[in-house]
Amino acid sequence: MLDAHPRATDIPSGTEAPPIVTFEGVTKRYPGIIANDSIDMEFRAGEVHVLLGENGAGKSTLVSMLSGLQQPDDGRILIDGVEKPIGSPGEALEIGISTVFQHSMLVPSLTLVENATLGRKWWQKPDREGTAQVMNAAAERIGVRLDPMALTGDLSLGERQQAEITRALMRGARFLILDEATAMLTPDDAARLGELMRRLAAEGMAVVFITHKLNEAVAYGDRVSVLRLGKKVGGLSPEELKSLDPQEATNAVVQLMFGTREASTGERDRPDATTVDRSAKPTLELLALYAKSGRVPLENIEFKVWPGEILGIAGIDGNGQKQLASTIAGQAPVSDGRIILDGAYIDKMTIGQRREKGLRYVTDDRLGEGTVGTFPMSINLLLKEIGQTPYWRGGIEQPEAIRENARQKVKEFDIRTPSIDTPVGKLSGGNIQKVLLARELAGAARVVIFEKPTYGLDLANIAATKMRIREAAQSGAAVILISTELDELLELSHRIAVMDQGRVAGIVENEDGARHKIGALMSGAEK
Amino acid sequence: MTLFTDTFLIALIAGIAAAGVPLLLAGLGEQLSEKAGVLNVGIEGMMLGGAYLGFYIAWATESTGLGFLGGILGGLLVSSLMVLFCVRMGLNQIVIGIALTLGAEGATALLHHVQFSRLYPRLSDVATWRIPGLADIPIIGPALFDREPVVYLAVALVPILVYVYRRTHLGLAVQAAGDKPAALDSAGQNVLAIRSFAVLACGGMVGLGGAFMSIVGAGVFVPFMTHGNGFIGIVLAMLARGRPLWVLFGAVLFGACLSAATALQVAGVAIPTDVVQMLPFVAVMLVLLIAGRNAKLPAALGAAYVRGER
Repeated sequence: MLDAHPRATDIPSGTEAPPIVTFEGVTKRYPGIIANDSIDMEFRAGEVHVLLGENGAGKSTLVSMLSGLQQPDDGRILIDGVEKPIGSPGEALEIGISTVFQHSMLVPSLTLVENATLGRKWWQKPDREGTAQVMNAAAERIGVRLDPMALTGDLSLGERQQAEITRALMRGARFLILDEATAMLTPDDAARLGELMRRLAAEGMAVVFITHKLNEAVAYGDRVSVLRLGKKVGGLSPEELKSLDPQEATNAVVQLMFGTREASTGERDRPDATTVDRSAKPTLELLALYAKSGRVPLENIEFKVWPGEILGIAGIDGNGQKQLASTIAGQAPVSDGRIILDGAYIDKMTIGQRREKGLRYVTDDRLGEGTVGTFPMSINLLLKEIGQTPYWRGGIEQPEAIRENARQKVKEFDIRTPSIDTPVGKLSGGNIQKVLLARELAGAARVVIFEKPTYGLDLANIAATKMRIREAAQSGAAVILISTELDELLELSHRIAVMDQGRVAGIVENEDGARHKIGALMSGAEK
Repeated sequence: MTLFTDTFLIALIAGIAAAGVPLLLAGLGEQLSEKAGVLNVGIEGMMLGGAYLGFYIAWATESTGLGFLGGILGGLLVSSLMVLFCVRMGLNQIVIGIALTLGAEGATALLHHVQFSRLYPRLSDVATWRIPGLADIPIIGPALFDREPVVYLAVALVPILVYVYRRTHLGLAVQAAGDKPAALDSAGQNVLAIRSFAVLACGGMVGLGGAFMSIVGAGVFVPFMTHGNGFIGIVLAMLARGRPLWVLFGAVLFGACLSAATALQVAGVAIPTDVVQMLPFVAVMLVLLIAGRNAKLPAALGAAYVRGER
């Protein structure tokens, strides 16, 4: 576990210097969504301010406004207590704001020294020797070792980030943003970066640390703010953080991230566990499954799903859920282990063969891998059956059969579309989801994988989707429901597995107290 | 071997220089533009623009010096369209590049037709600069060291560009604009300004190369006279992997092919003209086949830079 808190107790917390940056009601809209909704936030010198939130919570938008890449549509930004826009990355640098992005912002074909001189006036001559000395001095100050003459492309990601932080110091930064800086690092490098953050804060720098790892947030942060669907839903002040032990703090944050609604509302209508007969043969079985090709490799995944059962998969986004779904569906290769469907091994089968066996996958990437946006809705309904009878005969399209199928599905799934010939990309998110559901739930489904099925939908469509999920289970299929919404999982699932860094951290029966157990598994506390 | 007389060799080497200079200028210009991340397919059009305007001004003012300036201006005019559409507006570089080439072909042919109808007025010979001492070396002397000033300028650009790329901030900024524009932007530099500069500088160099073809090489302007030289420049830039000196080697190689074609005909070797004229393009294909697979291009080449987009 990360042990922490060389907390800078000597910070003069009482002296009221204005925060370096203050957000007052800052709002940023993109077509169709409000990425940041009236955010109020303060960033003070000598503090590590952690921003927590799921993907799409609005963290990146907030960072791009801090670093001058985007401008707010509404609200005020105060610098040292004075209203002042951050108009461009150049202006951000002048204020002293430096950003270290998840993906390195160094030019790989240049050396570290050359990268450090990039911001200077173009007519000047780069002073490699002098810059290298300054760089070494800055690196030494924060306890980092690096070779200024090394070619950036030859360095590891951790080394590049240390170089970027050093470069920020050389430019006189007093406000450092670390945007998901630990996401791609090895655990050792991440711990090193955490220590570095503490040292920087102790030197009086303001550090903004964006992450979705709760243990890091609690270990390195002085202040925590939680974003959810573009809104700031709460946070922990330095005083609160100090008074709580790491486990209590983690629980408090889990509460904020996954909703503060009364725990009972979700659990009241949780499904009846007696409808599942666990003495029967499981429909789907995973045996010591490994998949190494993805960004988050899967390790030793084992579980069974019985007919009529909904197995929820919880976990913070990016812990291998997507890899699990695409590996079962056949879109990603299995490195080791087996997948058994109705007693037959399917792990060597193609996607099409698995579909014939009754495996269905409702992806969350609805327009990317789910549908072809420019194709008419009627064809998208048959995307996985192109060339098959009765819709195609001898390679010739049978338009009437295709239209008839579409008309039937529109009625059955209540798809709101101007016509069945409308390109699917023109429909709303909820209706695209209905097209996907109509396609995947057609025929004899034995196993259905739903990946974040309610993501981005409005309330009516969420209700409709949940109904389809229940129906799928009631018709005897084994259902895997991947979601980052804990309430949704508690409402629908019989059991809930928690994924953490490509492994199943544990499987919890959905009964009283499940919420707490899941939270503990999610934060990595029970390891 | 009676083929290799002194006169033949002088003609051959002088021909290499004459054919190589436009290629060298085109290759160096394209290299600069590509380093900054703009795949400049419009280079052929820029060359034609330079060839036409250079010729016209040299003819109208009876000054070759002004003619060369006109060539630079012609290249700049065409490349400023490239800057507007591809750098500022972020449109597709290949489509715009092809459009500019086709557009310049049509526009210069039309202007020439309007002004000269079917006449092809010739320019008088261009004065040469004789470099004392070096020009007295047998064969090489008269072929290389008694030449038009533009030849020396083009060769001098090679060390100048090496210095810019290796020793100046501008060189670093250009490389960053092509490899990781977001890094340059977050360092507080203006990516679009750097790219605009690179494309304009490319246009100027290429235009000068075009003017050299019409004013020195041919002495007349003929529609479509650049004849794929700009496109060979793209190949040179690709093979040179960012090194100006390699562009020079490449220009000499392709210049030799072009020159040999002429020299062989002069020497009376009985090979069909068409075959001889194919020589440089066969050479392009061979070189691409051998060395092309190792060509390394900037990571952000061809991609418009829009701040905040990932």
